Amino acid sequence: MPLSRFVATFFDLDVATAYAPQIFLGLVTTIAIGVAIVITGLTVGLALAVVRALRIRSVNIVLIQIVDILRALPPLVIILIIYFGLPNVGIVIPSAVVLWMSLSAVLAAFAEEVYWAGITSIPIGQWMAARSTGLTFLQTLREVILPQALRLAIPPLTNRTISITKNTALGSAIGVNEILGQSISAEAFSANATPLTMAAVLYVLLFIPLVIASRSLERRYGVRRR
Amino acid sequence: METLIQEFFNVSIMVRVAPLILSGLVETLLLCLILIPIGLIGGLGAMLLATRENRFVRGAALASIDFFRAFPPLVLLIFIYSGLPFAGLHIPAIFAICVAFLLNSSSYYGEIYRAGVLSVSRGQIDAGRSTGLTATQTFVYITLPQGVRNVMPELLSNTVELVKLTTLASVISAPELLHSADLARSLTYNSSPLVLAAIIYLVLLWPVVRIIRRLENKLGPQAGL
Repeated sequence: MPLSRFVATFFDLDVATAYAPQIFLGLVTTIAIGVAIVITGLTVGLALAVVRALRIRSVNIVLIQIVDILRALPPLVIILIIYFGLPNVGIVIPSAVVLWMSLSAVLAAFAEEVYWAGITSIPIGQWMAARSTGLTFLQTLREVILPQALRLAIPPLTNRTISITKNTALGSAIGVNEILGQSISAEAFSANATPLTMAAVLYVLLFIPLVIASRSLERRYGVRRR
Repeated sequence: METLIQEFFNVSIMVRVAPLILSGLVETLLLCLILIPIGLIGGLGAMLLATRENRFVRGAALASIDFFRAFPPLVLLIFIYSGLPFAGLHIPAIFAICVAFLLNSSSYYGEIYRAGVLSVSRGQIDAGRSTGLTATQTFVYITLPQGVRNVMPELLSNTVELVKLTTLASVISAPELLHSADLARSLTYNSSPLVLAAIIYLVLLWPVVRIIRRLENKLGPQAGL
């Protein structure tokens, strides 16, 4: 493939300027949905871990099964089932909401596991000491256990959050107008691959700071295995 | 309730589309058979480069690992599959899938191997060298086996992620489980085929998720910090 043809296909400046506004809209959508997923997923995940710390047997059995299912199912499968299934039973929700719901659920499941691993890694003596000073269960959890557990949870949580938030690109499969969706339609209209290059560049610019941050977090907070 | 069952758990529809779904399952298993070794071997290569003494090589390897960890796999796949034809380069879907997975998975596996290899204590390497093993022998017989064992849960968990990622192939209409289930869905106007696919993914991956859970508990982060 001659270089000029390669450049014209992937780096056409005219095409790039023409479709920049459309792809910028996609960027805004991606960021909005991504932020919503991170907030919802991490919050729900923390809530689930706290519920699990109450150690109510019947509740925990159900919780663990649901978390395992969400960890084992491919996100695209969850998205398609909700997107195509719900309208047929009379529930119509916008595709962006389907994307947000599905990925938040997946992130919540993974986050719950990470928080829980952090909570269980705090020695039992800390619980006993805190409770014996008169703190209630929830106070102990909030003031003593969680601050330490969250430190341990930060590096694996960052990695998970990045890899699940990247899945906002799956929205293009159900017609969400995020970066990838916009650039695929721009590619079709312009018969040129430049919009895809723009999408790729935007995604990498969006996520590379997070990946680099996760590296330094790992160095700072990470626990080396034996 | 009745409508819910009709829409999501319609057994007669599931039975009718079973042959189509099973053929998709075979394709997915074949994909895994190709893609998991590609990722594991590619990751080994990435790790070897990312742990070199040479700062330039190591920096370049780490940079490209980070680059592909920031690159959403679906964007990568569509970029390769649907971008290249515009440049006059027509490639079969399976080739695009292999390239995308090589770049994506070897970055993730590479990073995991690297963490494993770095977790082996310096004394082990010194001891190996002092018994007369060459650097390569020390690496192959001492560092690598221990390193891999240390990151076994992460390796397994990344393999689960890889198998889940094969569903992306459906977006470029490559034959695999989710693609045939979605085809069946559009033929029957019913979501039960998708649910059947979900059940199959669960049967395949749930046991592995449980094993990972057990391994994680066993190795877990050291108590106390």
